[in-house]
Amino acid sequence: MSDTVLELRNVTRTFAISQGMFRQRATLTAVAGVSLKVARGEVYALVGESGSGKSTLAKMLLGLLPASSGEILIDGTPIAATDRIAVARRIQPIFQDPYSSLNPRKSISQLIALPLVVHGIGTGAERQKKVEEMLDVVGLPRRLLDASPSQLSGGQRQRVAIARALIMRPEVVICDEPTSALDVSVQAQILNLLLELKKEFGLTYFFISHNLAVVEHLADRVGVMYLGRFVEERTRAGLFSGPKHPYTQALLESVLTPDPDMGVPDTHLGTMFPNPLTQMQGCAFQPRCPIATDICRTTAPPMAHFADGWAACHHAPGLATLSAA
Amino acid sequence: MALLEVQDLVIDIPTDSGVLHAVSGLSFSLERGETLAIVGESGSGKSLTSLALMNLLPRRAQRRATRIAFDGIDLQSISAGGMRKLRGNRMAMIFQEPMTSLNPSYTIGNQLMEALTCHRKVSQTEARDRAIYLLEKVGITAADRRLSQYPHQLSGGLRQRVMIAMALMCGPDLIIADEPTTALDVTIQAQILHLLADLQKEFGMAVILVTHDLGVVARVADKVGVMYAGRLVESGTARSVFKHPRHPYTRGLLDCIPVPGRTVPGMPLGAIRGQVPNLIGKLEGCAFRNRCDFAMDACAQTIPLACPEPDHVVRCVRVPMLEASA
Repeated sequence: MSDTVLELRNVTRTFAISQGMFRQRATLTAVAGVSLKVARGEVYALVGESGSGKSTLAKMLLGLLPASSGEILIDGTPIAATDRIAVARRIQPIFQDPYSSLNPRKSISQLIALPLVVHGIGTGAERQKKVEEMLDVVGLPRRLLDASPSQLSGGQRQRVAIARALIMRPEVVICDEPTSALDVSVQAQILNLLLELKKEFGLTYFFISHNLAVVEHLADRVGVMYLGRFVEERTRAGLFSGPKHPYTQALLESVLTPDPDMGVPDTHLGTMFPNPLTQMQGCAFQPRCPIATDICRTTAPPMAHFADGWAACHHAPGLATLSAA
Repeated sequence: MALLEVQDLVIDIPTDSGVLHAVSGLSFSLERGETLAIVGESGSGKSLTSLALMNLLPRRAQRRATRIAFDGIDLQSISAGGMRKLRGNRMAMIFQEPMTSLNPSYTIGNQLMEALTCHRKVSQTEARDRAIYLLEKVGITAADRRLSQYPHQLSGGLRQRVMIAMALMCGPDLIIADEPTTALDVTIQAQILHLLADLQKEFGMAVILVTHDLGVVARVADKVGVMYAGRLVESGTARSVFKHPRHPYTRGLLDCIPVPGRTVPGMPLGAIRGQVPNLIGKLEGCAFRNRCDFAMDACAQTIPLACPEPDHVVRCVRVPMLEASA
């Protein structure tokens, strides 16, 4: 584990939410006590539904949002103590929506060259050369250099976003749902490109997605988040062949493969959602969990360790429970 | 008689640079209790088709058809008032974006109850009870408290559920759902689709599902129509289209998506090269031919429909040849 690029140590982020004038502010815990390590060259996928804290976590990794407590380390140095520009050299983002993440008034070459300008690298001509190289790398024709984003299709825009992220040769790329705004045929092109680039530049991906089929295709390790907490972290093979947490199981059951012989799966999940503003006792997933028992309502679940990861559940198979006796 | 019959639907949009042929020559029919899925990528004309059925096209767009009939009522000659009586009552629509299709200045309860009081003679209490009943059906807890909330106080998933409940208020015969679950999380998507299927059985509704998600289509649809550049390129029962896709575009689409257990992780996915053609101006022949690996001279001519199996129609010149050689 010497080659850890990215490490989170018990990272928590809370937000103070106004509940109206004269009322006390409530605390929303978006990310609660998350610890993880991402090894160099790995694709670490983060799965969870909206509101589970995925994007808050991504923002903290990019240094756009400070953690309320805990530490985020890149190559062993805490992000909080590092200059934001220095962080940006090592970690770059690719965002979900290529329609809103590109400035509509800049040309493609300006957009891609911007990181170089910000970091003061090279002369104008050198930057131009680098931009042209990047266009080749992401498979865009050079005639688009002076085009504006509005002239590009969604897939082309996402390629521009990828070129912009990679021009600084970062170590880690945070991909926040990079294909969910795209058509399926374009999604395949972009996923193929991401895989190629990873090999070519030796990149590490922190890949945020809710599409499990995509995650299975790409990831080496997978972390599953639910309401700000990690509920399971496993290798891809382990997670997809034998999910241990009931939430992960439900997620996997919900993947709809194009098979007309199968109907819509019934996940047996409840539809109760805990209010994230109230302090939770016990397991966060318990209101929706089909196998919840009394202990889940009162006690936070322990971590059950397996050969390839862990799951936080009182009833994880392989964990000796009192109720089983 | 089919509940919905569409023959040769054409939607043209005049633009500064010429007429955009958004939809051309679309025909399908739908029985009560059936689910038809219209699949296609953005720009294929699937959303415009659903709007055309509801007489909700933007004013600029021109709709023509040999026949559009809902339960025997001709939707082309119907008056605006007559259409208003159908819309939301016997034909309901679930829109794609729950963020923009709910009115931000009215409460959820207000908007739900209005759907019913508009069309039926019911008391406020009855409308309220129906709203609560349906909100609970779509899996919203504490439904009676939600009624006094405004759309901005709800999450995306909840808003989408409210939209579905609203479409169901009058117990419609036909629901047109335009990407109803695209904005939702997978576990909730499964729950909502399950719910739609249950409600469909319970009320015998017909559903037109407009989506780009092939997984959803395969699981819920009875019939499938694959649209490309404004035309149906392949249609048939879900079973035959997914088991034996014949059109190169349908095959390409199916190869594009990673499927656990079928695609090998980390290996390149199939991708359709090139881009959707410009729909402005006259389109001749197969619109897919510039991206197709099997394109030949005959593809530039008018493409006859081939019918390789009963209930399975393909618009591709290769299909009759392949069938003949097989």
